[in-house]
Amino acid sequence: MKAPLPDLDADEETMPIDSNDDVVRARQLVRTLAQRCKLSLVDQTKLVTAASELARNTLVYGGGGVLRIGLVRRAGRTGVSAIFDDDGPGIPDIDQALTDGWTSGGGLGLGLSGARRLVDEFTLDTEVGGGTRVAVTKWAR
Amino acid sequence: MAGQEESSRLVELLTAKDDQLASAWVEAVSRTLRGRISLAELERELNELYTALVDGLRHGAFDWQGDAYAELRALLAELSRSRARQGFTPTETATSVLACKDVLAPTVDTGAADIHAYLQLGKLMDALALFTLEVYAKTREEIISAQSEQLMELSTPVVKLWEGVVAVPLVGTLDSARTQVVMEKLLQALVDADADQAIIDITGVPAVDTEVAQHLLKTVVAARLMGAECIISGIRPQIAQTIVALGIQFGDIVTKASLADALKHALGRRGGDLTGNGGQA
Ligand SMILES: Nc1ncnc2c1ncn2[C@@H]1O[C@H](COP(=O)(O)OP(=O)(O)OP(=O)(O)O)[C@@H](O)[C@H]1O
Ligand SMILES: [Mg+2]
Repeated sequence: MKAPLPDLDADEETMPIDSNDDVVRARQLVRTLAQRCKLSLVDQTKLVTAASELARNTLVYGGGGVLRIGLVRRAGRTGVSAIFDDDGPGIPDIDQALTDGWTSGGGLGLGLSGARRLVDEFTLDTEVGGGTRVAVTKWAR
Repeated sequence: MAGQEESSRLVELLTAKDDQLASAWVEAVSRTLRGRISLAELERELNELYTALVDGLRHGAFDWQGDAYAELRALLAELSRSRARQGFTPTETATSVLACKDVLAPTVDTGAADIHAYLQLGKLMDALALFTLEVYAKTREEIISAQSEQLMELSTPVVKLWEGVVAVPLVGTLDSARTQVVMEKLLQALVDADADQAIIDITGVPAVDTEVAQHLLKTVVAARLMGAECIISGIRPQIAQTIVALGIQFGDIVTKASLADALKHALGRRGGDLTGNGGQA
């Protein structure tokens, strides 16, 4: 069962992640929202980098998917949430996938675990044969 | 097969007066293209299409996605690729196909049965025109991405900073393809300039993720195999913090905050100094 999603505000945006160009566009979209949310430069860079990792995983391992992104408000704070969804094979062993340096491909194996460290909130929902969803949030300080 | 009756009737109609109909088609299309393609060329193209269309109808009725239409689809794809490359508009391209409807358009003495057949042909030609447009759009996209690749080549200057020292400033979003180009050029420049120090300056890079890092690391390894050392410069605070959080380790690779520091370091390694005239050549 998938965990509850962050409540994106009305002007959330959705885009497909089906090519390398989409990964670049996703990065730019995340940067735009991070700036709108007035994240610090360090936090912008962290969120963009996390999104870059997740977008590429969606493309490479999930066989493509969708990004939904928007501003979120909670307890007087504003943040940016990004949700990556794919209908790929899912991740059989979550702990292994989140281990630094573990890769099933030829990567550094740092994307998923690194993305988790780069954001404030991180949820991973996956099911073998049922796709993967990663939702991340970074709050403005 | 669905529509067998209508398609057989169309085959009859189309073969009975094939010369006349095909040339009416050529004429209709050549009007829209206003001489930007030679008549002989157009005749050849459309006659081939005409034959393939009749064959498709004969063996595959209206199932334009089926095997019987493979030849026609291949010809249409070819036509639309060449139109896209020659700068024809999507409308001009689709018209080449759609004009075929007009040559068989019903007249006052068309019988009711034939009108039905004609309507089926209309639908078929619409589907084929959309197919043509899709190929057209794809070709345009390919052209654009090829152009951006060329731009990429141009916008990656590898400069010789000093005797034995080359540098490449990386600017903008680094996707995998672009990083690849940069790295290849840098390795080539090491050979061309007979250099043994390479500086990769990432001041202009907005984010370094695992993919970019991996390319950087591979380049450093490749440079080492060629007997050269790399220095990564221009690591801004936000990038440094991100790299640390991601867990990327640059190991024993020298990193510097600025290009100037990197150059100093490179010259130190070569045993030269900044007061020289660019080192002993
Ligand atoms: N969306 C996904 N669907 C299926 N498997 C995934 C997905 N995302 C990650 N994985 C699995 O988790 C592993 C670890 O992912 P992670 O991003 O940390 O490393 P990587 O992509 O292999 O390398 P990199 O360091 O370049 O990101 C992947 O190798 C893959 O097996
Ligand atoms: Mg990854």
